[in-house]
Amino acid sequence: MSPTLSLTLRIWRQQQPGAPGRFETHQLEQVSADLSLLEALDWLNERLIAAGERPVTFEHDCREGICGSCGFLVNGQAHGPQAATSVCQLYLRRFRDGEVLVLEPWRARAFPLLQDLSVDRSALDRVWAAGGYCSVNTGQAPEANALLVGREQAASAFDTATCIGCGACVASCRNASASLFVAAKLAHLGQLPQGQSERQRRALAMTERMAAEGFGSCSNQLECEAVCPKQISADWISWMNRELRR
Amino acid sequence: MNATGSAGGATRHDPRGPTGPLAGAWQRHRQDLPLISAAQKRQLRVLVVGSGLAGASAAASLAEQGYMVSLVTYHDSPRRAHSVAAQGGINAAKNYANDGDSVTRLFRDTVKGGDFRAREAGCFRLAELSTAIIDQCVAQGVPFAREYGGTLANRSFGGTLVSRTFYARGQTGQQLLYGAVQALLRQVEAGRIDLLPRRDLVELVLVDGVARGVVCRHLVSGELETYTANAVVLASGGYANVYFLSTNAVKSNVSALWRAYRKGADFANPCFTQIHPTCIPSGDAYQSKLTLMSESLRNDGRVWLPALPADGREPQAIPEHERDYFLERQYPTYGNMVPRDLASRRSREQCLAGHGVGPGGRSVYLDLAEAIARDGKAAIEARYGNLLEMYERITGQDPLVTPLRIYPAPHYTMGGLWVDYHLMSTVPGLFVLGEANFSEHGANRLGASALMQGLADGYFIAPATITAWLAGQPQPEVGPDHPACRQARAEAEARIAALLAPRGAPRTPRPVAGWHRQLGQLMIDACGISRHGPRLERAIAEVEDLRQAFAEEGGVADLGACHESAAPGAGRGINAELEKALRLQDYFGLADLMLRDALARQESCGAHFRQEYQSAAGEAQRDDVRFGHIAAWQWRPQGAPQRQVEPLQFNEITPSQRDYR
Repeated sequence: MSPTLSLTLRIWRQQQPGAPGRFETHQLEQVSADLSLLEALDWLNERLIAAGERPVTFEHDCREGICGSCGFLVNGQAHGPQAATSVCQLYLRRFRDGEVLVLEPWRARAFPLLQDLSVDRSALDRVWAAGGYCSVNTGQAPEANALLVGREQAASAFDTATCIGCGACVASCRNASASLFVAAKLAHLGQLPQGQSERQRRALAMTERMAAEGFGSCSNQLECEAVCPKQISADWISWMNRELRR
Repeated sequence: MNATGSAGGATRHDPRGPTGPLAGAWQRHRQDLPLISAAQKRQLRVLVVGSGLAGASAAASLAEQGYMVSLVTYHDSPRRAHSVAAQGGINAAKNYANDGDSVTRLFRDTVKGGDFRAREAGCFRLAELSTAIIDQCVAQGVPFAREYGGTLANRSFGGTLVSRTFYARGQTGQQLLYGAVQALLRQVEAGRIDLLPRRDLVELVLVDGVARGVVCRHLVSGELETYTANAVVLASGGYANVYFLSTNAVKSNVSALWRAYRKGADFANPCFTQIHPTCIPSGDAYQSKLTLMSESLRNDGRVWLPALPADGREPQAIPEHERDYFLERQYPTYGNMVPRDLASRRSREQCLAGHGVGPGGRSVYLDLAEAIARDGKAAIEARYGNLLEMYERITGQDPLVTPLRIYPAPHYTMGGLWVDYHLMSTVPGLFVLGEANFSEHGANRLGASALMQGLADGYFIAPATITAWLAGQPQPEVGPDHPACRQARAEAEARIAALLAPRGAPRTPRPVAGWHRQLGQLMIDACGISRHGPRLERAIAEVEDLRQAFAEEGGVADLGACHESAAPGAGRGINAELEKALRLQDYFGLADLMLRDALARQESCGAHFRQEYQSAAGEAQRDDVRFGHIAAWQWRPQGAPQRQVEPLQFNEITPSQRDYR
């Protein structure tokens, strides 16, 4: 039998955008420490449903830290206290028995709230669509090994390409900036030979769209790097700023 | 039931395969397909369901050709489709390793790996297209692993003798998906793709028997919406979540396929489901999913269990001579590296015999101790760093100190909607791509082949064959107000209303997940790694009882009633329970069909193991005479579904029995 613990959850409940919201307190009594925080919310929701109450809405899908669906603040920290971890991979054994966890949605103008812990992050896709690609149609590709890319260079491009688009960087920034998200995409393609011909246009288009969608400027506080589940370095934001002056 | 079914499907299940030699057959076939002018393409719309590798690549490629495209996905962003979670890699017959690989070898491996239950022509085309996929992905900027000289790196995978797997660390699926999604977003920006996220398909629209649209439920507003098109593409993934616990994302579902099945798209080989041997086992009852640990760990890990049944000691306290390295004992040649199906089956057997460890005795040890002693801790950490970290995060145990505990878990479904060589189902105008169709993996899929198939279907095959279909097809105007659309919408509305309406006496609402868990238990027990006739028959009745109980007692609260912004009507507003209930209804139907398919297939092949059909040594016994065919099930409004067969012919490769001892 795995160890159990009890927790107090203070969860932001809000029916819809514009409606008043409030914190609701729920006790988790003697739940398995082997549950993830999302599974603890499943546990709570099953009890709410059985009691005829509305379950807590939160985003989730793969539950292995790669799809980027999940994300909310745990005691003020995006994705909670564990480094390099999205909230679906946060297990209750990380917490002390009797601890109080405050769960809140991402707060950013560009991420309108939908319900409870769920927000609309489609602005990130619109920023991506502004130019985050190589313009090559299916069937136009040359032989793959005709293009040589150094091992280190490819690995560095990969590191920036691992961004899962969860929005934690935005949620943790006091300016709600998407700089780390945009920088990661620009650095992914800008470091590869395939991305060179559109490099400048891409940087301008994506940063302009970022501002138009209501994201702020970089706050230079590096909170984004601290909460990023894929540990993407904020140095890439400096890289992006140089990119804009090329 | 007639064991082998009726062979009357000659016209209904005409594979429309190519003629002449297999090599170059697809190119020759393609040259004769009709074309459409660019101007005409702008007048035609294709609706794609699903934004994974197959859906995103098809949508992008069709839009590039000039078609108007609508893309429906239940995710908030196309980037989240479950292709994103594929770890290992993608196969291609590039022969960059200069180790003798070729299109023919990849073709042979695929047909053999599938245990001779897939079409030769389809497998050959897949192997031929594999190289162009790598070219395409590299051009998009997919950051594959490289050698120091700058060329692409390869590794070997899943017991093949050549290195043909391209990879991006342990996140190949993520990187390939982002490549396809970038191509997709480029077309969204160009105005050729309408992106329709946060929508569940709840009904397919047929006009005069031809697929012309879908009815969706918007997952935020709860409104039903109708979208029409000139052709419909389903790329909605697999159905391993019928088992409740699987390695799939928790919202992955069969509903798009099931709605199409009920409208006439036959379901092929539904019982062919792959159970992956190395997953983190289930523990608590509230565990929501199983996480895959890459198969590569078996390269360095030894699988063992205590020789004594019900041995309660910690693994470190069990001396060497009281350990049973059962895979090495049973398969001296391949040992821990036997194919997925054998490793899964043998692990389960040992657990059932009382040797299993962990909660409920449902796991086996995968021990890295010997590899650590041989190569050092640092080397093992470097090789499997990410995986070991993930294991520790989930279980709280350090696999460098304590052996990993693993157990098989449902992972991939080879079965799916029946399609011909053009990837068209038995519903004209309905194309099915990727894991959603049944095509090239036969009874067992090889590692690193799923990504290859999804992208071959989406980038190269469907864009050619959909054009061929549209070229020959009169296109009567169909809008959302067409009677067929209104009828489909009314059907969906009635289904939702029935789930929300209180039935019978006041009852305690029971969460949908509880019902699903119960169905999953039943299915993994009766139709999982090992199957047996009498148990399958019993399970058919049990699924029916459960389905009826849900119909009578199950239901969900109508949350929309209190949602101010939503128009009045049943099921408005965000309602995750309603989403689950709609999906569960379709799983009940699918579970019944899987059991019937497993019962009718009186042989063991690939991942389908029937206890009655095994050799004295406990190996699977295929029956090519009676079952060398694809089983395609046709839905009937009344009575049991009808099993029809498409015979398989092997001209290039002679079917042989596998032997890994």
